[in-house]
Amino acid sequence: MLKVLKAGFFTSVQDLGRFHHRKKGVPVSGCMDQQSVYKANTLLENDNRSAVLEITMTGPTLLFEKDTYIVLGGAQISVTLNNEPIQNYKVYPVKEGDILSYGKLKKGFRSYLALKGGFKTKEILGSRSFYVPITDVNRIEEGDEVPYGEHRNFAPKISELKVDSFLDETVLEVYKAPEFDLLTDKQLENLFSRKFTVSKENNRMAYQLSETLEAHQHSILTSATLPGTIQLTPSGKLIVLMKDGQTTGGYPRILQLSDRSISVLAQKREGNMVSFKFI
Amino acid sequence: MTHPPISLKPYGRHAILIEWPNKVSETILESILDFEDFLLRNCLKEKGWETISAYNSLLLVHPKLEIDYPEFSRNLSAWYDQSKGGVAREKVLWKLPVSYDRSFGIDLDEVAKELNKSVEDIVKLHTENTYTVYGIGFVPGFMYLGGVPAELEIPRKATPRLKVQKGSVGIAAKQTGIYPQESPGGWNIIGNCPVPLFDRNKKDPCFVNVGDKIQFQPISMGEYELHKIEAEVGIYKPEKILLDA
Repeated sequence: MLKVLKAGFFTSVQDLGRFHHRKKGVPVSGCMDQQSVYKANTLLENDNRSAVLEITMTGPTLLFEKDTYIVLGGAQISVTLNNEPIQNYKVYPVKEGDILSYGKLKKGFRSYLALKGGFKTKEILGSRSFYVPITDVNRIEEGDEVPYGEHRNFAPKISELKVDSFLDETVLEVYKAPEFDLLTDKQLENLFSRKFTVSKENNRMAYQLSETLEAHQHSILTSATLPGTIQLTPSGKLIVLMKDGQTTGGYPRILQLSDRSISVLAQKREGNMVSFKFI
Repeated sequence: MTHPPISLKPYGRHAILIEWPNKVSETILESILDFEDFLLRNCLKEKGWETISAYNSLLLVHPKLEIDYPEFSRNLSAWYDQSKGGVAREKVLWKLPVSYDRSFGIDLDEVAKELNKSVEDIVKLHTENTYTVYGIGFVPGFMYLGGVPAELEIPRKATPRLKVQKGSVGIAAKQTGIYPQESPGGWNIIGNCPVPLFDRNKKDPCFVNVGDKIQFQPISMGEYELHKIEAEVGIYKPEKILLDA
């Protein structure tokens, strides 16, 4: 078990997501920044569906109760293993009794803790991703114990990955979404020439942007939405649906982020700026 | 039967949206569900396809496939033509028990007053109609139901409640439905359904499908308690009636 000594701001178990239940209203969930998680799991030679901890903003303090191997990824944050600083995308062996503690966030917003074989919380509807009410809880709390398997003789093929970080990127690549054609010339011009600020309302369900486009009166019959869909509300607000976003919606869907851009946005926080570019 | 026209729209790299004429109609919903069924049986053979239908649209999404839009949309148009007169699908009516006791139906008196009817009239109107499931979304297991009689139409509450109890049955404008989990909500609450619409422990967590019919059945407090216990221990079986196509 991994014992949570301190909880941090918001930490949850996530994997690739929960598929095949969207038609019953179940969001996909899963890691917000899948690009980073993929690299961490690959270093550990894990199946890419292996569950990791997604650590938002400030991190927890964690006690390992079994030997294993870990890799950190995503946001840049000061992390120590038994008081020794460790870095992202490098395989570290950990022993029973070791303590991992998260410090200051330097860049990005979500960091990941992957371990050999992945976390083994209960799989519900094909996924371990936390999402209430599919799972009982949406985050780990102090005193929780998160299950994982013991690993002792892992010899990684590559022990370190030099990655091109996208944490500084601000341009989000987009495709047209179904109601793109409803946009006026003026809305289009603003959409692709201006920068938009991530508002205070940003979480695993959706990121709202502060700057608005002109108001409109189009309404659509409720229809399917996807993670990465940008909706335009009647008041002109842009809402980017993220991994826990609802599966249907009634606002015009104007753009769709690429998979990679969902990861880029997942590393942004309140006050960060982004802009849009067609692929 | 006529085949309503469809239009295709790209939706990112992994999805495509098929749209039918922009109206709420059972004929359109049937056409969508027939085509969805045809596609899943005959065309979308790769593992991993998901389909989401609602009102006048059908989304096809495959998180791992890169869709070549021009080619795929040509195929879809051809498949739609081929799908005419498809296999008859099972048509289902679910009878869902609802207690209209005032302890649950906290807005019943107000609704009756507003609509100038007795509470008994409201319950009768709500239960003698059958409703069509036009979509499932918003939260897991939430049904978008159509077919509310004009006499029952009442605006949403001016101020939404921060907490609506799980199982609450509400009406608002042309919609009625059940809150599958405790959530905020602005509908007028007239009753409570003791049966969970969503059960995460079942392989198919929601027994209702888009296109099914729903009828609410008034029950006594005693029956409510009984169904509640049956649901908790997992032995409740919702009443399912097969309709002729």
